[in-house]
Amino acid sequence: MTTLLEVSGLGITFGGLKAVQDVGFRVNPGEIVSVIGPNGAGKTTLFNMISGVYKPSSGTVKLDGQDVTGLDPFLLARRGLSRTFQNLQIFQTMTVLENAIAGFHLQEKGSLLADLLHLPSMKFRARAAETEARTLLNRVRLGNAAEKEASSLSYGALKRLEIARALALKPRVLLLDEPAAGCNAVETEEIDHLIAEVAASGTAILLVEHDMKMVMRISNHIVVLDHGEKIAEGEPAVVSRDPKVIEAYLGTEAAHA
Amino acid sequence: MAELMQFLLSGVTVGAVYALVALGFTIIYNASDVVNFAQGEFVMLGGMITVFAHMAGLPIPLAALIAIAGTAAMGVALNKLAIEPARGAPVVSLIIITIGASIFIQGVAQLVFDKQLHRFPAFSGDTPISIFGATILPQSLWVLAGAIVVFVGLWAFFTKTLTGRAVLATSNNRLAAQLVGINTNWVMTLSFALSAAIGALAGVLVTPITNISYGVGIAYALKGFAAAMLGGMGVPLGALVGGILLGLIEALTAGYLSSVYKDAAAFVVILIVLFVMPSGIFGRKSTDRV
Amino acid sequence: MTTKRVTLLILAIIVIASPFFFPSNFYYRVGSLIFVNGLAVTGMVILIGYAGQISLGHAGFAGIGGYACALAPVHLGLHPGLAAILGAAISGALAWAVGRPILRLKGYYLAVATLGLGILVSMVLANEAWLTRGPDGIEVPDLGLNDVLEFVGIDISNAQFWYFFSGLALVIGAWIALNLYDSPTGRALRALHGSEIAARTVGIDVARLKLQAFVISAVYASIAGSLLALQNKFITPEVAGFMHSIEMVTMAVLGGVGSVLGAFFGAAILTTLPQVLTVFQEYEQILLGLVMMLCMIFMREGLLPSILRALRGKDK
Repeated sequence: MTTLLEVSGLGITFGGLKAVQDVGFRVNPGEIVSVIGPNGAGKTTLFNMISGVYKPSSGTVKLDGQDVTGLDPFLLARRGLSRTFQNLQIFQTMTVLENAIAGFHLQEKGSLLADLLHLPSMKFRARAAETEARTLLNRVRLGNAAEKEASSLSYGALKRLEIARALALKPRVLLLDEPAAGCNAVETEEIDHLIAEVAASGTAILLVEHDMKMVMRISNHIVVLDHGEKIAEGEPAVVSRDPKVIEAYLGTEAAHA
Repeated sequence: MAELMQFLLSGVTVGAVYALVALGFTIIYNASDVVNFAQGEFVMLGGMITVFAHMAGLPIPLAALIAIAGTAAMGVALNKLAIEPARGAPVVSLIIITIGASIFIQGVAQLVFDKQLHRFPAFSGDTPISIFGATILPQSLWVLAGAIVVFVGLWAFFTKTLTGRAVLATSNNRLAAQLVGINTNWVMTLSFALSAAIGALAGVLVTPITNISYGVGIAYALKGFAAAMLGGMGVPLGALVGGILLGLIEALTAGYLSSVYKDAAAFVVILIVLFVMPSGIFGRKSTDRV
Repeated sequence: MTTKRVTLLILAIIVIASPFFFPSNFYYRVGSLIFVNGLAVTGMVILIGYAGQISLGHAGFAGIGGYACALAPVHLGLHPGLAAILGAAISGALAWAVGRPILRLKGYYLAVATLGLGILVSMVLANEAWLTRGPDGIEVPDLGLNDVLEFVGIDISNAQFWYFFSGLALVIGAWIALNLYDSPTGRALRALHGSEIAARTVGIDVARLKLQAFVISAVYASIAGSLLALQNKFITPEVAGFMHSIEMVTMAVLGGVGSVLGAFFGAAILTTLPQVLTVFQEYEQILLGLVMMLCMIFMREGLLPSILRALRGKDK
């Protein structure tokens, strides 16, 4: 199998402080790789670097063998990388349907003139995007809420909407930042299935998640971060027995529990 | 050479006024992240109230004191009535609010006072002092001294006093400041009062040199903002240096390029700074959190 | 019915039916002023309401549109109508050139940069007297369309002509803005308004789209400036001034910056007041300032959306 996403030696400094350093791993098509670690370990920062939100100070991100380090997110989206956010980034004043359609932006955009004058070509593109968006909303059980304003949805529903929006890009690499945070057990299981389904279709998935049961259940491979550095990686069963991991992560978590 | 010296002297004088306005911006920005576009109106109020109190028969020092106190009260009112109720509003809304306040204050000044140009006598006469073949008005020295005193005072306030540190703490993290017992509302009140008083002081000092009318506020606000940006938003030293620099740029533009377009200099500076070094001379870079 | 159809229908009815209630010719004049301002404000809806970007200098583009109609016929021999199009092209080109760097800025910085741009334009118009005849203004040639109408047998007064012509321009402008709202570009604009970072991750070229909104709104302002100059047959640099920029923003936020119809009502209210209340002129600034502050504090969505929301709330 060819590697879809390859991260090597990635690091970033904020005001002289090394937030993340020398992190590397690979994600293959259809694989689910989880990044875990205690709060402040640098997981979201890592995501932000891979998805182009932050420019890394060192290291490279390769997508399909091509160096895409520090490219703007919108260019990465064109190359098939999409993501969700830990703290929701929903288009609040738009309807649920419009949020989903926005995910089809690359597919539905055309000439500005066609948009200004509502030429048939624009209507054709928009209708196609709307049909697909509705299908997608049904898939995340938001079909009935399509016409509602996004801000009226519950937290869990918004999480699903964000996943739907990210899926709309038909990504080859999907970054999910705590997709199950704030969701109840039923919702978590749904998201769980959805992720497995997407992975089965050949998408490479990189996941940050605090729900350890979920991570252990669905991940093929786990990368453990602590203080911005990779301290372990491997299969779930191996990682969960690693003393370093237990000390850095599971240990502290257990102490809090 | 004497010509250049003359431009430099007048540039520094005007620059000191911009520095005062920029310091006013800095205080409010530090306490609340709000850029108060009505800042220039404080300058106008300071000058106008002094003029009219003086015309009513009060001696200038007393008139100036009343003007500064009155303007500080206006600043507090602005915060209580327009800024505080809009806490958490998007930046675009805050811009519209403070611009609205600026126009409102202008409109009121136009009614309460008048539309004429005014001045009052300089504090120490109008006999120019000559330096290296150029001349400077004694009033300019007052302006310069004012800027320096305010700067030093602010520096001492923010670093040496508990209250000053509370203001800085509030700007860093409002919630945390509240948790450690800082009354953030009071910090805001204080910031607006201080900022307005400094603006008014600038108005009092500069009126004998440049005259004053109800409509000068917007220009001071813009130039003060340009100065604050040039130096680095939120940094008092930046405001001082930025103000003086902008004054010099303007004076040199007027002297060597075109006097009609000297006001354009500030905007060109704004644009260049924004594109070349968005965080200004002394500013720090910030990263968006996602 | 969709918002688009309702809005266009209401605007068309207002344009066509209002004259039946006009006691004198003077009201045609007020009406056409409302429509021209409404057109400019529709552009602000696209920029502020859709894209979430502020401009405190759009009157500069109105100035360019107006002065194009004054200068191009004299110096280039262009028909005034073509001059208006040339003005729109210049405004669009300037917005495009300046917008590229300016729109990288956010919030306060964008506000100040656009404000500076507007003031620069009005400064040039006031100071380059060899071309513009300076602060006192310059006369603008007649559009000549009314003569054509007369020739084909439609005999209406000049005020009536401009009333209907501006009304037509407004309806077309509103139609285009409403088209944009419900189109891929409009969705992308509203998306970047909602969350710029999320917009980028779905592939939206944020810089390009902001620029498009800026250019489109500049063209709206420019055409409004041209219409104003042509019907007044005169223009002064004040059209490009700071206060006019502020008026445009205020009209938009008063009515509701997210809605074309709302913004029109904002324009209607603030255009009518000074015409109806003569004392108003003295208080104009006070009122403008108050409106700006009160709207942003108490009804951030603007008059029309707030009223609609209140009505809908009662239904439930």
